[in-house]
Amino acid sequence: MIRANGILPPQGRLSRNIIYFVRTLRRAGVPVGPAQTLGAIRAVEAAGFTERRDFFFTLRACLVSRAEHLDVFERVFSMFWRDPEFIETMIQTMLPMIQTQNAPKAPKTAEQRAAEAMLEGAPPPAQPDVEDAREEVELDAEFSLSANEKLQSMDFEQMSNGEMAEAKQAIAQMRLPIKPIRNRRLTPSHSGSRIDARATLRGAMRTGGEILKLPRKTQGHRNPDLVALCDISGSMSTYSRLFMHFLHSVSLAKGQGWAQVHSFTFGTRLTNITRSLSQRDPDAALKTVGQLAKDWDGGTRIGESLADFNKNWSRRVLSRGAVVLLVTDGLERQDPEELSREARRLRLSSRQVIWLNPLMRWDGFSPQAAGIRALLPHVDSFHSCHSLNALRDLTEALSSGGSGEKQRLMAML
Amino acid sequence: MPIPPRPTSNQPSLPQSIDATQAMLSDENYICDRALATLVYLALTLKRPVFLEGEAGVGKTELAKTLAKALGRDLIRLQCYEGLDAASAVYEWNFAAQMIALRAAGEGGLDEDALFSDKYLIRRPLLEAMQPHENGPPILLIDEIDRTDEPFEAFLLEALSDYQVTIPELGTIKAPEPPIVILTSNRTREVHDALKRRCLYHWVDYPSFEREFDILQARAPEASETLSREVVAFVQSLREADLFKNPGVAETIDWAKCLVALDAVALSPEVIADTLGAVLKYQDDIAKLAGSEATRILDTARARLATQ
Repeated sequence: MIRANGILPPQGRLSRNIIYFVRTLRRAGVPVGPAQTLGAIRAVEAAGFTERRDFFFTLRACLVSRAEHLDVFERVFSMFWRDPEFIETMIQTMLPMIQTQNAPKAPKTAEQRAAEAMLEGAPPPAQPDVEDAREEVELDAEFSLSANEKLQSMDFEQMSNGEMAEAKQAIAQMRLPIKPIRNRRLTPSHSGSRIDARATLRGAMRTGGEILKLPRKTQGHRNPDLVALCDISGSMSTYSRLFMHFLHSVSLAKGQGWAQVHSFTFGTRLTNITRSLSQRDPDAALKTVGQLAKDWDGGTRIGESLADFNKNWSRRVLSRGAVVLLVTDGLERQDPEELSREARRLRLSSRQVIWLNPLMRWDGFSPQAAGIRALLPHVDSFHSCHSLNALRDLTEALSSGGSGEKQRLMAML
Repeated sequence: MPIPPRPTSNQPSLPQSIDATQAMLSDENYICDRALATLVYLALTLKRPVFLEGEAGVGKTELAKTLAKALGRDLIRLQCYEGLDAASAVYEWNFAAQMIALRAAGEGGLDEDALFSDKYLIRRPLLEAMQPHENGPPILLIDEIDRTDEPFEAFLLEALSDYQVTIPELGTIKAPEPPIVILTSNRTREVHDALKRRCLYHWVDYPSFEREFDILQARAPEASETLSREVVAFVQSLREADLFKNPGVAETIDWAKCLVALDAVALSPEVIADTLGAVLKYQDDIAKLAGSEATRILDTARARLATQ
């Protein structure tokens, strides 16, 4: 319990209600720390409690620190400050474990709608412990997915047989090295091109003002970001699943060459799965990915998905010289013109676009499909990704910086 | 070394309510909504930093400039860029002068205190903001924080939580009164939560028609009311069209000024085609609006005006 000394009385209803409100917010998925709660109580005191909208803006300024949480905040606010007890019922329904042990009364229709609104902003149900997850994965998936979603969502059980398990283990060992890029920040170096004046003077002080040596500094290096765009349409199904494992191990392995890894899936629409992949347990991570992306094994709209990415995400994730990994077979059902245009835009706003195509597994692969012809001129390099060996070749190709099969295929266009 | 602050009786005092804050800002031609006024009032009262996030050209930087003007405070601006380090953000020694002093001192050498003294210290924005100012605590604008890298963010965390910076040769310098800090971000990357949660956060969105019209009237009074209405309605419709980069409020104001300079009294497809470069900054977007599309959007905008 938070003690708000010397400000609003700690036993006062308002500060207590603010604390309850913060708890509700946390359950709805908005991370709020105790310091922010205290700040909010102080702020409410400073702003006065005269108008509802001022109260709203005051709390919002103190408790929300991300644009995507504004909606959730607004909904929780309007609900909470209307009837705090009602929220308690909502929390009961939001927690599946409580629900099974102690089933609450069926909510009325208006409450039902509000419940759906609340659940939209809520994180997926808490993951059980790792040991439990291994045994109960089936039960849990059935429990948390509705019948319709389950059909469209990913079928994880299929991945858990012998060969796949071996493949996954091999993939978990894989790394994706990349050449570091030049940083503008200067670091000390023996053979640097610039003189480190500050270090020189400090050295001179030690020798009574006599400059004996000139320490130098040079441009440092930093690791680029990686942005992976992975096609999860029906034609890619086996590969996209394995590639999720690959992405998971790449996202988690810190200090192996990438500053940040942002991952997206697309089939008929674009989904950001970065946060799901940051869970350490691969099974739990891939399960939430399966829940998040609703278009597994569906159709493909590459052009539209790229357009969506260019418009809504490229400025946020590509600004610091990110490398784009585009995993798709390039079999576009829509307008190849749009695909070509968006691929060009993607190329212009990223440092490097690497296309991984599982169709390359056939020796006689030639760029016939309209989608492939549209995409190929706008990528920097082109590689296959159909087998463990191909993935290993890829890591070598990336560290040496070649363009893969692009030249050969461009000649066939 | 520290200059005692002079009496600040002739300084405008801090606003005492949210309404007063909003009025103070609009007196300086900064039209904002209640949410932003609340935030500014809280920042001034609680002495907490403000974190403004939003698309380019929605008036984030302008808020700091306006506040400085309205409160009669000094504005100290730290423009962030990749590789920004303590030497360009906090302080730097004047090495050339130090060298000369060393040479001039000759055999006897120079006392360390004399060499690392105020005389050779070059103050950069952060240190400047921690010093006493004649006009009261200054406004510290840390612009486009998303352009720096994580190490600098972490450094800032320390400077902003205690309002002090440390210079190894001189010791810790603490601000007598915390400056009013405004951080802006265009969200070209996510700034770390640790920094954001120390601040009051506000997402600056594109304004509604009425508010944007008020802003335009305040910032470009030379534009006639009819022209302003048409310009705002057109820009608002543009934001609904599927563009790569939506025009900000700054573009609206620029465009209105361009149109006034060209003596245009109302929008027409020809005038739009000639001056579109003031509103849209991507070739793809401009190409999209070539020909009939501009006329269509103009018609939508006019229809919207007629219903209002």
